[in-house]
Amino acid sequence: MQTFLQQLVNGVVLGATYGLVALGYTMVYGIVQLINFAHGEIYMLGGFGALFTYTVLLPGGTPVVLALVLMLLGGMVVSITAALLMERFAYRPLRGAPRLAPLITALGVSIFLQELVRNFYPAKSPRPFPQLVDPSHQFSLGASVEISAPRLLTVVVAVIGMVALSTFVRRSRTGRAMQATAQDPDTARLMGIDTDRIIVTAFVLGAALAAVSGLASGLQFGTVDPRMGFLTGVKAFTAAVLGGIGNISGAVLGGFTLGIVEVMATQYAPDPFSGGAWKDAWAFVVLILVLVFRPSGLLGERVAARA
Amino acid sequence: MQAPRLVRVAAPLIIGALVLSACGSKSESGSGSGNITLTLGVIAPLSGDLSAVGNGIKNGVELAIKQANENKTIKGVTLKLDAEDDTAKAEVGAQVAAKLVADSSVIGVVGPLNSSVAKSTAPVLSQANIASISPSNSNVDLTNRGVLATGGTQTRPYKSYFRVCATDDIQGPFAADYAVKDLGKKTIAIVHDKKAYGQGLAEAFAKQAKADGATVLPTETINPGDKDFSAIVTKLKAAKPDFLFYGGEYPEASLLTKQMKAGGLNIPLMGGDGVDAAEYIKIAGASANGDLATALGAPTDSLASAKQFLTDYKAAAYADPADPYGAASYDAANAIIKALAKAVGDGKKSGQAVRDEVTKEVQDSDFEGVTGKISFDQFGDTNTKILTVYSVKDGKFVAAKSGTFGG
Repeated sequence: MQTFLQQLVNGVVLGATYGLVALGYTMVYGIVQLINFAHGEIYMLGGFGALFTYTVLLPGGTPVVLALVLMLLGGMVVSITAALLMERFAYRPLRGAPRLAPLITALGVSIFLQELVRNFYPAKSPRPFPQLVDPSHQFSLGASVEISAPRLLTVVVAVIGMVALSTFVRRSRTGRAMQATAQDPDTARLMGIDTDRIIVTAFVLGAALAAVSGLASGLQFGTVDPRMGFLTGVKAFTAAVLGGIGNISGAVLGGFTLGIVEVMATQYAPDPFSGGAWKDAWAFVVLILVLVFRPSGLLGERVAARA
Repeated sequence: MQAPRLVRVAAPLIIGALVLSACGSKSESGSGSGNITLTLGVIAPLSGDLSAVGNGIKNGVELAIKQANENKTIKGVTLKLDAEDDTAKAEVGAQVAAKLVADSSVIGVVGPLNSSVAKSTAPVLSQANIASISPSNSNVDLTNRGVLATGGTQTRPYKSYFRVCATDDIQGPFAADYAVKDLGKKTIAIVHDKKAYGQGLAEAFAKQAKADGATVLPTETINPGDKDFSAIVTKLKAAKPDFLFYGGEYPEASLLTKQMKAGGLNIPLMGGDGVDAAEYIKIAGASANGDLATALGAPTDSLASAKQFLTDYKAAAYADPADPYGAASYDAANAIIKALAKAVGDGKKSGQAVRDEVTKEVQDSDFEGVTGKISFDQFGDTNTKILTVYSVKDGKFVAAKSGTFGG
């Protein structure tokens, strides 16, 4: 039972990271039907931006909390800048082009950003990330079920980010404009919504959440590397599809589901299909089952009637 | 309108083709009289994550070539270096190997670093019978040593492939003997990354550890690139192992040891030469203390025979360190240089004849290199199979024991 609960905690932490990155995929897809495969790199840039802020910009001896806030801001600035540039120069010129064109472009942008960081960030890969939150500090969640400080922080910031996003989308004027654009961009435009601005907003919000996740990942694992975005990006995309791509609550649900399935498969899957080797296989078995019975994902895509 | 447009398109193409063909036919000059120029190739990762190690290989070879040219070791021949970047990828390795084969001045190759790359370069180089000597390939398949474990008959897959390092089938058991016999570990967890190197190493370790009387837990595997190992740590913790062997490389190993110790599984992690890297300690921090790694060969600075090499290497002021494979690459290059000196002495100076002769002479190599005696068995493996266990003390890998398995 303790092992099960500990694994559940492990799964929730893993799922929080997936969920945060999945939100970026799902928001952009919901509005422009683009699977932005470069979103994993936005997450990676968030981690590197935070690292750069810490190692280059911050003076030694900055109080930890202040340092964390500034690192988060630094990571967000880098992520959001990259997202804005890619939206403006890679995707906007292709708006209205056949869907394959932006998809291939997204893959290109992804490779470009990976190589850019790999070639120009001066250090060997993977880069050590400052351990500002002591990973040996454990919080007990009952009998021998523990969570270390940086992992707890990951879950806390993920939940804050998710709640903030969902409130923003449901309550604010811009958020409602996003929903309207997702449902029907043409009508939204006729109602006076600046859809270009809404698309940019989706990219910016996704990038900000990815930066949160990038910083959390750096703190949790103590490294960032130029390729960290690829695997996380693929998993987050899976989470978004699992939850129903285009649906914000779905991305969060999908992230946690995927994380928990992975750890449970590691622990409990029957031999010879057990262990870390098969965790991804099980994750995809679950994905396929969900898609067989609910083709639009757990919470379903809000499919607007589209011409 | 038609013609000019065609010209505009065609001109760059033709110029490009000329430039490319010029690349293909280089260094044929001067074969008529006096000094000829021959090329010693290097295939190693010169960019990317493994570039420091790859450049160490390149520098070791460059040093050997420089000294051979200065001392006029090979009469009438000036040797030059052609270092090709394999980016640690098998498909790139095959391309650069083909490029070296196409250059008729290439008489031998040092490299590659990775076993996976060697699997695609060795067939290409063997086809042309170009001697290639790797300083670091430890995978058993390259010389078909795998059959030894099952009692089969070893045959040589690549007729001109050699290596000057020990192999995984020895590295794993050597590590197991150390863990079980020297350290007295009883319950051992095994984790590997499913790559040829990691899996081979872990399986060889597990087999010997069992033979030595330890209990080996069911093998766990991870994906290269994974960062979150908390699920595996929680699972292993329940089985209460007192030792963990990891088959794989440092990016994952360093995170695994950190998460093990943070998760309350306070046991040493041991790995192969893929873990023996300064980055491992940098990333794992204090968690690395007490962890172990085996490496091929003995530490360069512990060898009396390597003093001169290290002095020369330092004097050359290379940006990347000689370790781990600079000294072995220096030896590999010298094996080819000595073979070439003999071939040239026999009057074989160009074309396929020199390649055939060099391969034959490399096979018969017998000299004291800086890392030990350099000689090969009939399958291309070195006869000197030295390994060293290192352990992490105060943030540094410190040599704990050197030796050879079974001896």
